[in-house]
Amino acid sequence: MTRSRTSKKASSPAASSAAPDPALPDPHAAGAAAYAQADAQGELFQLIAPDGTVTHPELLPDPATRLALYRQMRRVRHFDERAWVLYRTGRMGVFPPYGGMEASQVGTAAALTPQDWLFPTYRDTGAALAYGLPIPQTLAYWRTSPHGWAMPQNLKILPFYIPIATQYPHAVGAALAEARQGTRNVAMAFIGDGGSSEGDFHEALNFAGALNASCVFILQNNGWAISVPTRAQTKATNLSRRADGYGIPGVRVDGNDVLATWHVTREAVERARRGEGPTLIETVTYRIKPHTLADDPSRYRTDADNAGWDAKDPVTRLRAHLLAGGHLTEEEDAQLTREIEAEFEAALAEADAFPEPTPAEILDHVFAEPTPQLARQRAQILAEEGA
Amino acid sequence: MTATVTALRTMTMVAAINDALALALERDPAVHIFGEDVGVMGGVFRATDGLQARFGAARVFDTPLAEAGIVGMGIGMGLAGLKPVAEIQFAGFLYPALDQVLSHLGRYRHRTRSRYHLPMVVRAPYGGGVHTPEQHADSPEAILAHTPGVKVVIPSTPRDAKGLLLAAIEDPDPVFFFEAIKLYRSVKEEVPEGHYTIPLGQARVVTQGDDVTVITYGGMVEVAQKAAAAAQAHGIGVEVIDLRTLVPLDTETLLASVQKTGRAVIVTEAPRTGGFHSEISAVIAEEAIEFLRAPVVRVTGFDAPYPPFTSVEDVYRPHPVRVARAIRQVMNY
Ligand SMILES: Cc1ncc(C[n+]2csc(CCOP(=O)(O)OP(=O)(O)O)c2C)c(N)n1
Repeated sequence: MTRSRTSKKASSPAASSAAPDPALPDPHAAGAAAYAQADAQGELFQLIAPDGTVTHPELLPDPATRLALYRQMRRVRHFDERAWVLYRTGRMGVFPPYGGMEASQVGTAAALTPQDWLFPTYRDTGAALAYGLPIPQTLAYWRTSPHGWAMPQNLKILPFYIPIATQYPHAVGAALAEARQGTRNVAMAFIGDGGSSEGDFHEALNFAGALNASCVFILQNNGWAISVPTRAQTKATNLSRRADGYGIPGVRVDGNDVLATWHVTREAVERARRGEGPTLIETVTYRIKPHTLADDPSRYRTDADNAGWDAKDPVTRLRAHLLAGGHLTEEEDAQLTREIEAEFEAALAEADAFPEPTPAEILDHVFAEPTPQLARQRAQILAEEGA
Repeated sequence: MTATVTALRTMTMVAAINDALALALERDPAVHIFGEDVGVMGGVFRATDGLQARFGAARVFDTPLAEAGIVGMGIGMGLAGLKPVAEIQFAGFLYPALDQVLSHLGRYRHRTRSRYHLPMVVRAPYGGGVHTPEQHADSPEAILAHTPGVKVVIPSTPRDAKGLLLAAIEDPDPVFFFEAIKLYRSVKEEVPEGHYTIPLGQARVVTQGDDVTVITYGGMVEVAQKAAAAAQAHGIGVEVIDLRTLVPLDTETLLASVQKTGRAVIVTEAPRTGGFHSEISAVIAEEAIEFLRAPVVRVTGFDAPYPPFTSVEDVYRPHPVRVARAIRQVMNY
């Protein structure tokens, strides 16, 4: 039986920027009012405009946090881009890309500490990386190696969920369990606009409200559920308002502005930590890329559908802001690129070295002790497959 | 049976279950009980009676009415270090939660390579014989037994119910615990006070006999016993085996008996096609066919929903007469 390896987070060069220090000075006092105002005016809550211009200077996190978020977005984007290439060369399984949604994933997940829980969907590799899931393991998961399923002991993250919405109630239970055990740890779960049609989404929001669970629910509205646009998914036009039905706060935010997503998520995480209950955050973004790397979006959407979204790119937006503010130089940016590439290539080499599973391993980890039935089936595999 | 037992007390099955839950709450602060109406009211069958008053509303609590939410939230609680004991009010209302069961409950250990496991118990009253309304009498155990990673326990006596439930709660893996509604208050026996467990995966030989093996569990055990007594009166030796757990299945006990008697009758009240009775029949065919002196006979419900029509309920739910007929059939083959 092959035992999975433990986390390599400590050796990961990006680990230090995985989660900004939760003890940072709280810049959020004016937040709630600002995003309530944006919502009332039918606008998205935003801290920097697509060209990098600051729209809410009083709410900006400090420069170190801005740089940490930038670094994380670059790192996460690099993974998405390399995954595509690896897929094309047969070195990656089917992968759901998230390129263009980095602000939605990094700004939210980076608001957690490793004591908090992360319940990611298949789309949320970026969030998992930002939370601290080591790259070799993440690669292994998408290469369908069991090494990718063995979640690190020092993090509270689950393997990417494939059935839509089903993990939402788990987050409620995890949050409740934390509270019952006297901790202040919170649980964050992700979902898509399509997923928010599922019953589990609604049950979870209702349970979390009724039981005051410390949950932060991230609803990434990326415009599409495979081929179904949001307007065909639901008549609702503001998905954050779904929270109203359950008596919990709902926040709508520009999902391509990492400072904004980080801001509202930090506030929601802090609320939850204080015991004030759950929040639903809708990050309005766009799935620029195909549903998975095996999907052909030209069958269901046009260039007109995609128009304008490249200009809202979250990475170039923050980069422009940092360069203009003197927080980043072109030279530092080039150095960052080299670091990120080196980190990824080292991780890839590590992932390449994971051994393939043996046939009998498919029967491992069903129960703590195999039943007599499983023991006999193992003997059968060993006899037939000789491994 | 492992035990720290003091004295015996006569109890109904529901009292034995209540006793087991109270002991579990007392022994392990991680145990939490929740579901619809389990708190203030103590459950529609009173299985959780008095537990909230004794252990507080943090440990024993009412949830909103949503079965997927109950099981799904329990999964999260189990992940995060608690021992959730969820109640589904009737097994026939488990269906909204089946996604959680099939997609997650049985898979967590496997899909995290044992980084996480779910020490969760789901209790659900099941089965007919008490003239309940539509969908309250279903026997969905085969669906669960067909779900990898989930154990399935179905006790038939108060003593077993207590020992098996404590074992289920202490088990590191998810366990479905089906309680025959018919048996909740109709049977009483002396139950050890204090803590004891009955290991999952050990069948019980209820009556001994050399001619026919009747294999059954839960609400059908007493039906099989009645048929066995009638056959015994005609000189036919019937060995009744109560499986107690479907997963893990004690094939050793049931095969040893079939090898001795050469005849097998399987009794359940679940629908006929694809039921767990078919699994038992297949195990016998694979492992003991050379011992058989007659084809295996299944006595089951039908491939129709359990009838909400009181006057004909007994047509669906196996009756001792049907079991006796099956015993005659294998004897006369
Ligand atoms: C319960 C369930 N039904 C259907 C599917 C197939 N499926 C996979 S992704 C998807 C669309 C999901 O869209 P959305 O929730 O908006 O998330 P996105 O993929 O856009 O991130 C569907 C229908 C599934 N994985 N799970």
